[in-house]
Amino acid sequence: MTTAEIISTVLVLTGSLLALTASIGVVRFRDTLSRMHAATKPQTFGLLLVFAGAAVRLWPNVDIGMLILAGLFALITAPVVAQRVGQLAYREQRADSGLTRSHTEVGAPDEDAPDKDDPDKGDPDDGSPA
Amino acid sequence: MNILWLIAGAMLLIAAVLTTIRILGGPTTLDRLVALDMAIALTMTGLALWAAISGDSTVLSAIVAIALVNFIGSIAVARFRVRDDQR
Repeated sequence: MTTAEIISTVLVLTGSLLALTASIGVVRFRDTLSRMHAATKPQTFGLLLVFAGAAVRLWPNVDIGMLILAGLFALITAPVVAQRVGQLAYREQRADSGLTRSHTEVGAPDEDAPDKDDPDKGDPDDGSPA
Repeated sequence: MNILWLIAGAMLLIAAVLTTIRILGGPTTLDRLVALDMAIALTMTGLALWAAISGDSTVLSAIVAIALVNFIGSIAVARFRVRDDQR
């Protein structure tokens, strides 16, 4: 029971608790945007905390570099997926939920035209990264 | 000491079960995509937990490979998804 083991255990337990919190948010929230909001940030932070706990646990090993690489890749790629899914969910949920309503709309939004007066309507590939 | 590792594994297991509930019962395909992304992230977390428990550094390359495939698959599903009719 050294100090490194205590630090590693605390980091891993906190990361697992954050992952559990993110899963509870994914189950309990109402909209796709809220679920995505819950599933991106606490999940990524918990993943990084568990990576840090594993790195503290196996400290003088060379493979910590690979762990740091996986953490950096998770940090880079999670916002890209979140932006993609959020854009699609915003385009589809503007019609049927009052939570995501544009300030340009005056009356009730149409049920059969979810893309009405969408500013970025058109081809979905306008300069966006693949 | 072992009890704390068991508690962390149990929390990850409960999180995986809840995410599986959202995968099976999500109203739209975007919900299923989000939940599936989170399930793969939970898999990476579980592998890192196993590396922290056992002190074995074999699974770290598997974590990197899973992260790559997760990104490619999520982007592919988000791009070539068929818009579902029922809301």
